[in-house]
Amino acid sequence: MLSYVIFTLTICGIYALLALSLNLIWGGAGLVNLGLAGFFAVGAYASAIVSGAGAPVLIGWASALVAGAVVGLVVTFATLRLRDDYLAIVTLGFAEVIRLIALNERWLTNGSDGISGIKAPLKAQLGIEGFNLFYLVLVSAIVIAVWLLLRRLDASPYGRAMKAIREDQQLAAFAGKDVLRFKWQAFALSAAIAALAGALYAHSQSYISPDHFEPLITIYIFLAVTAGGVGRPTGAVVGAYVVVIFLEGTRFVTAWVPALQPVQLAALQQILVGVALILVLHLRPQGLVPERIPKAPQLRPPET
Amino acid sequence: MLLLQALINGVMTGTLIAVPAIGFTAIFAVLRFPNFAIASYATIGAFAAWWANTALGLPVIPALTIAFLAAGLVGVVAEETALRRLRGRGALIVAIASVALNLVLENLVRFFFGNDMRGYDLPLMRDLRLGELRIGPQQLQSLALALAIMAAMFTFLFYTRFGKAMRAVADNPELAQLKGIDPGRIAIVTVFLGAGLSGAGGVLIGLDTSIDPLTGYRVLLSVFAAAVLGGLGSIPGAVAGALALGVAEELALIVAPATYRTAVGFVAILVMLTFRPRGILGERAT
Repeated sequence: MLSYVIFTLTICGIYALLALSLNLIWGGAGLVNLGLAGFFAVGAYASAIVSGAGAPVLIGWASALVAGAVVGLVVTFATLRLRDDYLAIVTLGFAEVIRLIALNERWLTNGSDGISGIKAPLKAQLGIEGFNLFYLVLVSAIVIAVWLLLRRLDASPYGRAMKAIREDQQLAAFAGKDVLRFKWQAFALSAAIAALAGALYAHSQSYISPDHFEPLITIYIFLAVTAGGVGRPTGAVVGAYVVVIFLEGTRFVTAWVPALQPVQLAALQQILVGVALILVLHLRPQGLVPERIPKAPQLRPPET
Repeated sequence: MLLLQALINGVMTGTLIAVPAIGFTAIFAVLRFPNFAIASYATIGAFAAWWANTALGLPVIPALTIAFLAAGLVGVVAEETALRRLRGRGALIVAIASVALNLVLENLVRFFFGNDMRGYDLPLMRDLRLGELRIGPQQLQSLALALAIMAAMFTFLFYTRFGKAMRAVADNPELAQLKGIDPGRIAIVTVFLGAGLSGAGGVLIGLDTSIDPLTGYRVLLSVFAAAVLGGLGSIPGAVAGALALGVAEELALIVAPATYRTAVGFVAILVMLTFRPRGILGERAT
């Protein structure tokens, strides 16, 4: 039971990073990334491959960050100039292509068999139980660090410029902000955070395969960010914990429903997720922890 | 010969993709958001036709009609309950809600029918051979049906009062409203047609293979690619884009493994958006 709780909380932390990534790009710059699962996969595979080739785990995580940012720039290169709905379509396609590559490039990803035996840092010294606890603490610490960083970013002039772009990009451009550069930077940073989440995931599971990166994860994270409150890092983190606990909860609830096939139970769980997202969008669009929009400063009349 | 065969196959698959692509782009033209739920509308259509075909013993054309009506009705009900009230909050919010809606509908199909592959009960026919070229009669029939559906759609849009009203709303909603066109009614009819076309497309795509709850999702990227290539919101563009995509996919298969078929659509989108974002026949994209 304890190891189940530790495992669930670790997943909560990894989802919280994904939610922070989505919140940065959606709540910050007003762009959507429907390919979150793809960036998650890029990070997981990058770290698994690099550390599998003999590099230390930290180098693996660093390469996940770099890979995420670079891939993020490639994907958005053509689309950030265009209307936002194009980005939604392109990112969805991107996640699918990443899944195809993971499935088919056996020399790199070992195809559908996946990569096993991914290094677990300090597992030999700590033992299985100790490692799980250590990893939970580590993931939680990284979540807190990223959360603090993004909160700081939110409050900085940079964050304000980004929200100005979200609200009205023409006005922001008119005020002298380089809209495209902001969007690129935000997307690259957001993609890097999602990739970091993937790297953390890979080393906690020590096994990854294309099945772990279904598009469904993207929907979970959208539910987390909308439920928590778009535009506020705290909301994203809260939302991620709520969603993972909700998902685990539906597992228990659906287990009580008698006389249903396993495939029906799985379908029922996903129906609940979809319905929850639609309901949140309708009934509480501001989420559990609404964004605080500071009042415009009072302009003092010029002194004479 | 290989090239000619690829061209023929490309035109055939392109014509089939054109049907749901018209549905998607029509909804985009009038309601101004990319509707991801068309994947589940295609799946629902495919299953409705399968049920009519295997349980009621109906041949293809009545089954296809039932698929169109069923998907259209589900589309209207879903739109009215889950999406309509979000329209005022921007295209992205509605698009995200449509992703959630897609998840719900796809899993409703899975709940009742399971994950098994199902095939239509159709008479088996031998491939036609013209020299070295091979053409399946089933594909030929699907091609004819797709062309008939498109012809009906174009007649509706360009020669009926309602079709003209629809295009007017797509062109300029405020002006259309001034002229006494009720945008709410136009929206409902557009969703009915768009979802119905997706449903019919799901059947046409499933006819010569098999169907399962992911039938629609698998072609979603191709449908998007067709619509973007042609220019989002342009109906003739969706047809042109679908044909271009179909041929591109077949040509790519000569050099790349077949498993990368869907990736062609993604690459085509990226290339098109880089060099000509408005698409072959579209409006401005920025």
